[in-house]
Amino acid sequence: MATMTGLGAAAPRLSLAQKLWSLNWGLLLLLSLIAGFGFAMLYSAANGDVQPWAARQMMRYGIAVVLTLVVAVVDIRFWLRAAYTVFATAFILLVAVEVRGAVGMGAQRWIDLGLIQLQPSELMKVALTLALARYFHGLTIEDVHRPLRLIVPALFILTPAVLVLKQPDLGTALMLLMGGGAMFFLAGVRLWKFAIVIAGAAGALPVIWGHMRDYQRNRIYTFLDPENDPLGSGYHILQSKIALGSGGLFGKGFLLGTQSHLNFLPEKQTDFIFTMLAEELGLVGGLALLGLYTLVFAYGFAIALRSRSHFGRLLGLGITVNFFLYVFINTAMVMGLIPVVGVPLPLISYGGTAMLTVMFGFGLLMSVYIHRDTRIGRFGEIAE
Amino acid sequence: MQRENNRSKLFTRRALLLAGGQVALLGTLAARLYYLQVMQAGKYAVLADENRINLSLLAPLRGRIIDRFGVPLATNNQNYRIVLVAEQAGDIEATLDAIDKLITLSESDRRRVLREIRRKHSFVPIVVRGNLSWEEVARIEVNVPELPGVTIEQGMTRHYPFGDNVAHVLGYVAPVAEKELTGDPLLELPDFRIGKSGVEKSHDLELRGTAGTSQVEVNAFGRVVRELSREEGDSGKEVVLGLDMALQDLAARRCAAEQSTACVLLDAVTGDVLALVSSPGFDPVAFGAGLTPVMWRDLLANPRNPLSNKAVAGTYAPGSTFKPMVALAALEAGVMTPETLVSCPGHFALGNTVWHCWKKGGHGTLNMRGAIKGSCDVYFYETARRLGIDRIAAMAKRFGLGQRLEFDIPGEAPGNIPTTQWNLGKYGVAWQLGETISAGIGQSKVAVTPLQLATMAARLVTNRAVVPRVTRANGVMMPPGLEPAGGPISTFPSLGITPKDLRLVLDGMAAVVNEQGGTAYGARIKEAGLEMGGKSGTSQVRHISQAERDHGLRKIKDVPWKERDHALFIAFAPIAAPRYVCAVIVEHGGESAGGGSAVAAPICRDLLREAQLRDPARRVPDVEFVAQRDGGPGAPASLV
Repeated sequence: MATMTGLGAAAPRLSLAQKLWSLNWGLLLLLSLIAGFGFAMLYSAANGDVQPWAARQMMRYGIAVVLTLVVAVVDIRFWLRAAYTVFATAFILLVAVEVRGAVGMGAQRWIDLGLIQLQPSELMKVALTLALARYFHGLTIEDVHRPLRLIVPALFILTPAVLVLKQPDLGTALMLLMGGGAMFFLAGVRLWKFAIVIAGAAGALPVIWGHMRDYQRNRIYTFLDPENDPLGSGYHILQSKIALGSGGLFGKGFLLGTQSHLNFLPEKQTDFIFTMLAEELGLVGGLALLGLYTLVFAYGFAIALRSRSHFGRLLGLGITVNFFLYVFINTAMVMGLIPVVGVPLPLISYGGTAMLTVMFGFGLLMSVYIHRDTRIGRFGEIAE
Repeated sequence: MQRENNRSKLFTRRALLLAGGQVALLGTLAARLYYLQVMQAGKYAVLADENRINLSLLAPLRGRIIDRFGVPLATNNQNYRIVLVAEQAGDIEATLDAIDKLITLSESDRRRVLREIRRKHSFVPIVVRGNLSWEEVARIEVNVPELPGVTIEQGMTRHYPFGDNVAHVLGYVAPVAEKELTGDPLLELPDFRIGKSGVEKSHDLELRGTAGTSQVEVNAFGRVVRELSREEGDSGKEVVLGLDMALQDLAARRCAAEQSTACVLLDAVTGDVLALVSSPGFDPVAFGAGLTPVMWRDLLANPRNPLSNKAVAGTYAPGSTFKPMVALAALEAGVMTPETLVSCPGHFALGNTVWHCWKKGGHGTLNMRGAIKGSCDVYFYETARRLGIDRIAAMAKRFGLGQRLEFDIPGEAPGNIPTTQWNLGKYGVAWQLGETISAGIGQSKVAVTPLQLATMAARLVTNRAVVPRVTRANGVMMPPGLEPAGGPISTFPSLGITPKDLRLVLDGMAAVVNEQGGTAYGARIKEAGLEMGGKSGTSQVRHISQAERDHGLRKIKDVPWKERDHALFIAFAPIAAPRYVCAVIVEHGGESAGGGSAVAAPICRDLLREAQLRDPARRVPDVEFVAQRDGGPGAPASLV
């Protein structure tokens, strides 16, 4: 016990007040600014009404902020120990949607928990990051270089990815693969191994193509040539580009977007909300939002690099990369840079699970920051 | 510790690589945004407007047609129809069944509705049934709460308060046919109707007005969200007819007493058509609403030709009504003087051919007045022989016969006045003297319309080249104080007939009606000062063979209707200062081979008597009437 207290200086025990004081409120402010953009856009999407979206979204954000703060003040070591449990829970829920999922938007993605419709695939994004961070935290560089050691984390990624793909939800599956890949990369897995996997994946493309649903193939076709079928599957992306482009430099003005309000724009309150924002607020508004996001990424990198524990570093950057993937895939999609995949714009798109997942992630990131000086042993004990 | 440091350094290196990658991707996003929103902004702005703005035309309200006193003859009525919006109705079949219980729906209506629902967007209103009666509207309205998606809509339909009484003057409106499209988008509106005959056709452009436009914003499904701008069109102009509806009504009723009749009543001074009837008429509303195949077949099969405007498009041999032309030509040419005597033994021989007078025993010896009064055929055979066809034709043409009068009701037939030149050109053979003899009593190849006969009568009494017109010039009603104190002034050019000659002919025609022995003595107007003059005529439909004459003429009841002669009468009144002229033809109304005065003359008499009593030419619409028309309770102010 004496050793434990002797280590107190290296690993300070923080009171709740201290933790809250050292919380990076700047990050929370940034997130709130972004969420504020979202409320405004949902208000506009409902033609200038807080119903049905903006009010509920604000309520959710309020709950999510509380959750974030709770997660943030919980000791980082708890999260390390809980990592596999969280992953297992998310995994079981994911299997559960296969079994008793309600059908939503033609894909089985939801579990109805009464109050909210939980989307386990969203939760899995954070759970996977947690699990991988814990796994790689326990490995030395030498371990990482041993291919056999990579089998378990590879299964962490692939098993849920396949399940999500079966739902079918290409966007989330891609995010899991890319997010997980980023963790491998950060953990120090040799680059040639990535090369082999990428080459293998390229070889497997025809097989994947064979297993894709018609609508998924159509999205690829459409991406390659949207003008080919402007009223069919090319409709969404073409209308999105028209709405975006017609916004111009300064936009048509708040609440004045014609394409979004006249329903030319599909899913304007969820996946295509960035298009509406760019239509109403123009290039200036679009870049402002991307700027805010970039500041959040920078925060994430700074926090991760500042952490003294490998778990903290991996978790912090994993969360940040995940957040980046959300933003990039969504905006690139609505701009017609990549095929249409169902990924929401974090903190902006209407939806409960994504909001909670993202804010849970930021809670973890803040926990990493608060506990930046905590040294953690291989299994979550206080280490030398 | 060293190991931990290595791991940390590797992590930092890789993290920075990742950050670099992210910055590159963010840069791509920004560049793409710039490309779409700045470089391509113009293109997408145009596409966005094309997406959302629809230009639609607003059909103008069709102008009214009124008579000379402002009585509306063609107006626009609000029309009610049941409209169904599929997306609100839910179960279409059940809704149609429910409607069927309230008002009857035909099987074809039902099929059409279901077909349209399949073809159109579910929010587009579909007409279930049009032309609802008030009772039907009420029945639906009461039950609207149980009929989701069902509404009653108002539209405009053309209304003709006097129905078929004035149908051949006004014509009718109907949907635009494919070949009538001119490129004017107004004509392509689904509900738009244009004039198809009568004044509705000849004055269609005035009545039509100009279309307004409405710019509407539509959403992605084509549903109208709001109106961006609206430019109202101009309603069609009101067209004023010279017609006096009271006289028209009387004429229609009198004509309807016979099977197939045409009648034209003119103001001889102005050329205004006071009444113009072709009977039987047709129901112009049925035409606008769309005829059923059965109705159409019946109309076409009807031997009385309800679709043909016989007053302007029917051509008939004028018979004895042509005799005033022959008489005037003879007087002008000097081949006859008023005192020249011709003896009528009942027949007239030339070469090997014999022509008969309608009066079997002959008229005895007659001068011109007597010949006109008794309508002696032999006198005019002789006159025609002396004149030759070309001089008769020249006179007839001066009086407006055998040519189109540029009348403002479409479908005018030119008729025909033969000349030697014309015959040679048309048949390649020389005109025969025998044909001239027949032409002398208005048979042979002479063909005129009732309108031309009325015009001839107007020219006879005015000595001016009167041109008939159904609409009033300048589109104004009778202005107060039309006639200057000195009497009517006609602006038509003089015909240049010697007044003495005209007086003789008119005197003969007065004798026809007012003297015993005149062919129409039975049809005279007895009131002093209202007396009319006239001339009867019989238009031979079928040649009477010598064999028939030998066996005695058949009794009229033995002749099939279609083979009976046409009865004609032209008249003017009052004798002292003729103002009104009238021409009537009763198809197959000839009582015998003798003369048409028995059925046609009474119609003329009744019309001319009533015309003089009403005296529309000199009457100004009374102030009270105009006031009511222009805003009184009875005036359809919203339609003007």
